[in-house]
Amino acid sequence: MIAPGNEASAKRRPTKVNVRILRQDGPGLPAYWERHQVDYEPDMNVISVLQKVAAQAKTSDGLKVAPVAWDCGCLEEVCGSCTMVINGRVRQSCSALVDRLLEDDANEIELRPMTKFPVIRDLCIDRSRLFRSLERVKAWVPVDGYYDMGPGPRISREEQEQNYPLSQCMSCGCCLDACPQFTKIEIQRQPAETEADYTTRKNASFDDGFIGAHAISQAMLFNAHPVGKIMARERLDALTSAGGVQDCGNAQNCVAVCPKEIPLTTSIARAGRAATVYAIKKIFDR
Amino acid sequence: MGSNRVLVVGGGLAGLAATMKLAELGVAVDLLSLTPVKRSHSVCAQGGINSVSDMTRQEGDDEWKHFDDTIYGGDFLQNQPPVKEMTYWAPKVIDLMDRLGVTFNRTPEGFIDRRRFGGTLYKRTAFAGATTGQQLLYALDEQVRRRESEGLVKKYEFWDFLGPILDDNGRCVGATAQDMVTMQIRDFPADAVVVATGGNGLIYGRSTMSVFCTGSAASRCFQVGARMGNPEFIQVHPTAIPGADKLRLMSESARGEGGRVWVPRKANDSRYPKVIPENERYYFLEERFPKYGNLVPRDIATREIFNICVNEGLSVDPLRMSVYLDLTHIPRAELDRKLGGILEIYEKFQGVDPREEPMKIFPAVHYSMGGLWVNYEANADGGLLPGSPKNQATSVPGLYAIGECDYQYHGANRLGANSLLSCIFSGLFTGPGIVNWIKGNRVASDLPKSLYEKAVAVQEARHKKLLSNTAGDENPYLIHQELGDIMTRAATVVRDNKQLSESYAKICQLSDRASKCGLSDTGSWTNQNVIFTKAVQDMFPVAKCILKGALQRDESRGAHFKPAFSMPNLTATEPVAKRAEAEGWCDAFEANNKKFLKSTVCTWNGNEPDISYEDIDTRLLPPRPRLYGLVGAEVIEQVWKERSAVIAAKNPQSGKKQLTGTT
Repeated sequence: MIAPGNEASAKRRPTKVNVRILRQDGPGLPAYWERHQVDYEPDMNVISVLQKVAAQAKTSDGLKVAPVAWDCGCLEEVCGSCTMVINGRVRQSCSALVDRLLEDDANEIELRPMTKFPVIRDLCIDRSRLFRSLERVKAWVPVDGYYDMGPGPRISREEQEQNYPLSQCMSCGCCLDACPQFTKIEIQRQPAETEADYTTRKNASFDDGFIGAHAISQAMLFNAHPVGKIMARERLDALTSAGGVQDCGNAQNCVAVCPKEIPLTTSIARAGRAATVYAIKKIFDR
Repeated sequence: MGSNRVLVVGGGLAGLAATMKLAELGVAVDLLSLTPVKRSHSVCAQGGINSVSDMTRQEGDDEWKHFDDTIYGGDFLQNQPPVKEMTYWAPKVIDLMDRLGVTFNRTPEGFIDRRRFGGTLYKRTAFAGATTGQQLLYALDEQVRRRESEGLVKKYEFWDFLGPILDDNGRCVGATAQDMVTMQIRDFPADAVVVATGGNGLIYGRSTMSVFCTGSAASRCFQVGARMGNPEFIQVHPTAIPGADKLRLMSESARGEGGRVWVPRKANDSRYPKVIPENERYYFLEERFPKYGNLVPRDIATREIFNICVNEGLSVDPLRMSVYLDLTHIPRAELDRKLGGILEIYEKFQGVDPREEPMKIFPAVHYSMGGLWVNYEANADGGLLPGSPKNQATSVPGLYAIGECDYQYHGANRLGANSLLSCIFSGLFTGPGIVNWIKGNRVASDLPKSLYEKAVAVQEARHKKLLSNTAGDENPYLIHQELGDIMTRAATVVRDNKQLSESYAKICQLSDRASKCGLSDTGSWTNQNVIFTKAVQDMFPVAKCILKGALQRDESRGAHFKPAFSMPNLTATEPVAKRAEAEGWCDAFEANNKKFLKSTVCTWNGNEPDISYEDIDTRLLPPRPRLYGLVGAEVIEQVWKERSAVIAAKNPQSGKKQLTGTT
C-alpha cells in the first residue's frame, strides 16, 4: 500500500487487537461480555478478527471457551449476512476495517449482535421477519410463467437509474436495527407446538409489527415496474394495514445507516403519498 | 400414497432456477441451503451474462459463434451438445430475466445495454451495473418466494446437506441434512435430489468465493459414488484485490469498459503511477495480444500477470505482488454508471479511489470448471433433447447436479459472463427432465422408513464421534489454512509434477490429521465449529482429485498450465523451415489431443480417487489449436486450416458451418 497517510499510521500500529464481545449462549439466556485478544495484521477487518477468535477459542485471560458464533458470507458487502453492532453502530462486519475502528478507540473494538432481532447465539440473529416482510408486500413481478415469451417491457435509462439503487437492497437489516419504530418481536416455540403452527403464529406477530424501510422500498420498486404494478393495490393494502407505512416516525435513521446508500426515505415518502391517494380512492370506490 | 417431492440443495442461481421451474411444473420442492438463499454466492458475480443480441447479430454474430467462442475458450474440453443448447438458449434466458424485472442497464432508447467481455469480439454481455449476479439472484429469489407463498416450495435455510440417501439399487431417494441452529439431523425423502452447491474455492483457503463454497456437498455426493469430472481445472481470475480474509474480485468488466493493465517498464519504479509517462509504461497485454488486448481469455491474462510479477520482476508493489489496472482515463460519471458497485468495493476495502488512482490487482482462485460428472442426451441437431431425464444426471440415478458444481459447460477454461448463463440455463433446463424421471419411479415417501433411519443413524454417529473426540489436538481452522497454502502453491497458475506429487503426499497426511480434530465447542446449539470441521474433512477427497488429476495430465490446456509439457513457439525465421516446423507442431498437437482431449473422470475408492478418461463429444466442432500470443501462430493456423479442409472434404458431417479465423 502506498496510500497517503499510511506511513504515519504504520508507526502507531499495535501488535495486538482487543475485542469485547457481547455473547449469549442461546435464546432467552442472559447475555455477557467477554474479552478476546488477537494478533494485529495490516488490512484486517472484523471478519478476520473473528476468524482468529474462533481459531484460538480462548479469552484474553487464557480461559478456554467455545468459539464465538457469527454469520458471514461473501465478505465483500453484497450478501447481507454479517450485520452486527460495531462500536455502537449497526453495519456489515466485512467492511469494518480494524485500522479505522481503532481510530474510534485504540484500546478496544466492541461487537454486539443486532438489537432488534432475536439472538440465536452470540452474534447470530434470526432475521426471518425481514424475509417475511418481503412476502407481505409481494415483492416480485407476477409473470405468467418461465416459458420463452420474448423480451420484457422497454425500460428507459432514467427508470433503470431510479430502480437500480433500490434493487441493490441486500436484506442486511441495518435500516431496521436503527429504526425507533421497529421493535423486537421474539416468539419462542411452545413445547407441544408443530413447526407449521409455530410458523403461522410467528408470522402473525411479525405482520402486526412495523414493516420497515427495506420492505417499503421494495414495494415501491415493484410498483414502478410496468408488469409489477399489476399488484400495486395489493402492495398498498399491505402498506396501509397494521404496521404499515403510517407507523414510520420519520427519524431518518434508516437512510443514514444503509450500507448501500439506498434512498430509503425517498421510497417511504413515495409510499406515503401513494398510500394516501389509495386510501382516498378506496373511500370513493365504495 | 405420498405425493412427489424434489429436494434442491443450494439456493444460488442454479438451485433457484430449478426450484421455480419445478414449481411451475407442479412439483413440490424442498429447498435446502446453508444460508438464506438470497445470500448465496451468486451475489458476488459482477460483470454480466452473455447472449447473442439483435445488435450483435447484425454485426455478423449468431448463436453458433457464441458456441464456438465457448468451446474454443474452453480449449475443446467440453462435450459439445450441452454447450450448444446453452448458447442457443442464452437470448431466451436474458429475455426471461428481463421479464422478471432485472434492472439491466439500458441504452438511451431503452434497450438492454451490452458490454464486451473476454474471449469474444462481440458486445454480448448484458449487465446490471456491476452487480449483475446479485440482481439476477434477487429476481429468482423473488419468484421462489412467490412460489413459497403459494405453498409449493418449502425452504430449509441454515441447513447443512450431509449426503444423498441411496436405496438398495443405488438409486438416490433423498438426503440427510442437519439444522445448523438446533443441530438436529433428519432425512429428506425425495424422488430426485438436485445438487446446486457451487464451487470449491475454500479448498484453496482464500479465494474470490464466499465462505459457503467449501465443495463439501459435492464431496459428499462423490464419496457415496457420484463421479467427478475434470477436477484439475480451476480458474484463477486475473484481477482480484488481495486481502487478509478474502481475495475480492475485480470484475473483468473493468477491462470490458476500457480498463488497461500495465506495469512500469523499469523494475522497482517507485514513482506515483499517475506521474509515470506513457512511454515508460508497459501495457503488456495490449503489446503481446494486439487483437484481444486487455480482453484475452482469463487463463492467458492470469498467466501473463503472474509472469510479469514472478518471473520478470515487474510487480508494482515490492511487498505484495500486483500490477496496475487503470481506469483513470475514463470519465468519472461513466465509471459510476457502469462500474459503480465494484469501484465502491475497491474504495471501501483498500481506502483508495480507483477513479483517481490505478488499482493494484493480482490473480486469485475464482471458479471450478470441473465438478460432479453429469450426463446428457443429444438431439438430432447436436443440442440437448429437452425433457430427457439423462440431462444433468450424475452417475447416481436420481441425483442431479447443476450450476458451478457440475463439470459440463466450461471445459478447461470458462469465458467471462458465461457462468451466470450456465447456472440459470442448467437450472431451468433440468426441470422437465426431472419430472420425467419421477414419472417412472416409485415415490420416495412410500419407501420403508428403515432405509432413512439407517442413513440418519450414520450421520448421527459421525456427529457424535466428532463431538466426543476431546482428546484430539488438531485445530480444524489451522488444518484448513495448511490445506489452502499447499493447494495454492501446487495447483493454481503454474503446475509442476514434482511439486504436485509432493503436495499429494502432504495432503494425504494432512487428511489423516484432519480426522483427529478436537473441537473447541462440543455443544448442541448453533455449533459452527463442528459444521466447519466436517466441511474441512470433506475438502480432502476433492483436493486429492484436483492434485491427482493435475499430476496425471501431462499437457497444458486452458487453466491447467504445465510448462514442461507446453507446446513450443516456432523458432525458424525462414519461410520453408517455418512451414516445416509448423507441420511438426500440428502433428504434435494432434498426437497430444489423441492422448489428452478427454475428460478426467474420478471415482472414490474410500481412500483415494481412481482416475479414468472419457472421450469428448466433438460432434459439432473439430478441435483446433488455441494460439493466443504464440510465436508463429499465423503459420500454424494456415497449416491447420489446410488439414481441416482435407478432413472436412472427407467427412461432410463434421462441422455445421465453415468457420473463419481461429483467434
